[in-house]
Amino acid sequence: MTLAIVGYADRMSVRPGGRLKVMVSCETGAAGYRAEIVRLICGDDSPNGPGYKERPVEHPANGEYAGRRQPINAGSYVRVFPSPALQALSSFTLEALIWPTTPGRGAQTLLGRWDAARQAGYALILDDTGAVALRLGDGSSEIFSTAAPLDTRAWYLVSASYDAQTKGVRVTQQPLRQRARDQSAATLATTARVVPKAPTATPFLMAAHAVEERAGMLATGGHYNGKIEAPRLSRRALAPGEAGDLVAAWDFAREIPGDDIVDVSGNGLDGVAVNLPARAMKGHLWNGEVHRWSEKPEHYAAIHFHDDDLYDAGWEADFEVAIPADMKSGIYAVKLRAGEAREDGGHEGFVTFFVLPPKGKATAPVAFLASTATYMAYANSHHGWDDPLSEITYGSLLEFGPTSLFLNARREFGVSTYDVHTDGSGSCYSSRLRPILNTRPKYSLWNFNADLHIIDWLEASGQACDIITDEELHAEGQGILKPYRAVLTGTHPEYHTRRMMQAVDGYLQGGGRLMYLGGNGFYWRIAFHPEKPGVIEMRRGESGTRTWIAEAGEYYLSFTGEMSGMWRASGWSSHRLVGISFGSEGFDVSSYYRRQPGSFDPRAAFIFEGVGADETIGDFGAVGGGAAGLELDIVDPRLGTPPHTLVLASSENHSNVYLMTPEEIISTYPGLDGIEDPRVRADMVFFETPNGGAVFATGSIAWAGSLGHNGYDNNVARITGNVMRRFIDPTPL
Amino acid sequence: MYAINPERIDLAQEFKATIYGRHSGELQRVLNRMRGGPNAGRYVIICTRRHREWALARMGQRAGDAIEPVPGHVFRSEEEAEWAVFKLRWHELTGRELPIE
Repeated sequence: MTLAIVGYADRMSVRPGGRLKVMVSCETGAAGYRAEIVRLICGDDSPNGPGYKERPVEHPANGEYAGRRQPINAGSYVRVFPSPALQALSSFTLEALIWPTTPGRGAQTLLGRWDAARQAGYALILDDTGAVALRLGDGSSEIFSTAAPLDTRAWYLVSASYDAQTKGVRVTQQPLRQRARDQSAATLATTARVVPKAPTATPFLMAAHAVEERAGMLATGGHYNGKIEAPRLSRRALAPGEAGDLVAAWDFAREIPGDDIVDVSGNGLDGVAVNLPARAMKGHLWNGEVHRWSEKPEHYAAIHFHDDDLYDAGWEADFEVAIPADMKSGIYAVKLRAGEAREDGGHEGFVTFFVLPPKGKATAPVAFLASTATYMAYANSHHGWDDPLSEITYGSLLEFGPTSLFLNARREFGVSTYDVHTDGSGSCYSSRLRPILNTRPKYSLWNFNADLHIIDWLEASGQACDIITDEELHAEGQGILKPYRAVLTGTHPEYHTRRMMQAVDGYLQGGGRLMYLGGNGFYWRIAFHPEKPGVIEMRRGESGTRTWIAEAGEYYLSFTGEMSGMWRASGWSSHRLVGISFGSEGFDVSSYYRRQPGSFDPRAAFIFEGVGADETIGDFGAVGGGAAGLELDIVDPRLGTPPHTLVLASSENHSNVYLMTPEEIISTYPGLDGIEDPRVRADMVFFETPNGGAVFATGSIAWAGSLGHNGYDNNVARITGNVMRRFIDPTPL
Repeated sequence: MYAINPERIDLAQEFKATIYGRHSGELQRVLNRMRGGPNAGRYVIICTRRHREWALARMGQRAGDAIEPVPGHVFRSEEEAEWAVFKLRWHELTGRELPIE
């Protein structure tokens, strides 16, 4: 019951003439595997949907390949560049401020040069009990522990020294804030037996130690969970309170947006942070005076390390896929198969990718904007089963298939921005440079796989469509939207950078037409890293439907210095952009819409051609049996719904499991569910924008799941098609 | 904490008739009690044949622990699984077997 084969590509989107590198691992030991390029039309293989559809693509990369297993080294750490000063060290003092989050959960290395394979070197550690200790080794090891476990989430000054002349060892831990009945201050002074000697090649690391280095890939162990601030290394065994003879003093308040670790001692022992530990984390000085790290970086001089952080899996490429100049813009996948066919589907993997039109050229009047930032935010999410609230929220049993069983067992594949790390702290980064196992067809109808319902309907309608993605929207701005008469979103375009919001707004102000075919869109404010490819950051701020809450003072993005959280908190609720915003959610059954007075306005006549005045809309569908379901959006003029917005239809009759989102509730009270609260509904809206543009929005994630009902002959498809045809027509709206 | 009244067989019958969707307020309380609480030992289902067959299992004590199969329960639909787990939880929470199949 595990996955036989997994893989990823070095990019998610590619233009004709470009290339993809594809990395593959056979997880059950298959000696070989088959790869085939397919164009994805519909990923819904359930008996209730339009049926799974892929089109084979003839390509030289199709074929049989030798299988191998490729490892992932998860867990963040700092690696200090090699230096003669490190090699010359005999006596030393290691010191740091720390805020441990899992003391007592196995031995965890704080800083030092320790080679686990050779049991050689030195390192300041937390021992198995969570007490500070010095580990020394010369082929056999000794651990000198204070034997006093540290408290969780409290700041300590910790240090350990070794005197090569006397073999004297001193280990100290001191809480920074005095508390009554606190037993965690401790000092140990003793003498070592071994003479610590780190092998020449063993790197100086923080928050982990070296296990082995093979083909340029360092395998690490002993990962520490928690914050480290101001680590220092001296070339002498310092007495308590003494300073001097610095070899290095690292200041984590420097170069916060990047990976660089700066030594401010003047000795140049700089380093690099690996696997994206959380930066812009408040340190021991933080007192609430500032909340934006860039105003007082010295208050944000800590890095929070996690044993499941991951940026780049760093696998070797198995093959490349050259994208021919005439390859049709579309959604594709490298379909991977290894071993015997299995009824649970675990023998099959998909590396999905998006082929764009040639740069600066539209090959269709319509573009589908793939929500790749949102796909990344959810990448390898464990939330659906790690969170004890999941079953009560979904209103149904938690269901595991081979992918979720695999992710549950193999945390080294990294987590999403929905998850908490193993220490309970929120995961604020998510990268695509690793196998992303939930952005694939034949999976749950959520995000990517649900979005394919729109592609399937476009295909069935014979409507030519280009594919563009969030990454280009961010990088290129509204210029990527401008060539299109109409742009269609996916079912859940939830995460946007400032540039993405500005690009969509600029497109609409310039006469563009947007079909927002989903729910809970344009909700969270994120950043792509300005230089590192394929990674987003988000902080879950003070409100919103969240799966974790950022610590006080940690609402600003380390990548850009911008505030994160909801777009609504940045004064740009999606009401302003698309007329509606997230209001409620539920996950058991979907419902239907009923036409509202706005639908009979002559301005909306084109939308309802062929739809009866009393017809219920979307009382059918592959997602919960209706077009109004999962996450629902509503209008609110106070938050920016344009005054000329027409509410065309609203959903009704939702279940008990549908509840209002917290930002709509300023205090708690009974009666917030789909039976009692009239705000638990989806509003379908239309409004014109300047220069002949317009917005049509459905306000429901489930909408697209109804497009294929009855052979695409239904009122959800009719309304969507009416809007699309009119939006393609250049006559100003 | 809400205590399930083992005499309210009508609530079980209501659930059996409408597994997903609108429920009475009292049945929703029963379901909240069954579905709430920590994950340790939570009943879940494993899909063994895509869209066709599911098996019963339980979560471990901690996040990331193996999902352990519960032998003897194979379901042909998600609704069938919901009803089976409802009966198991009714017994565990009230000490009484549900007198309906």
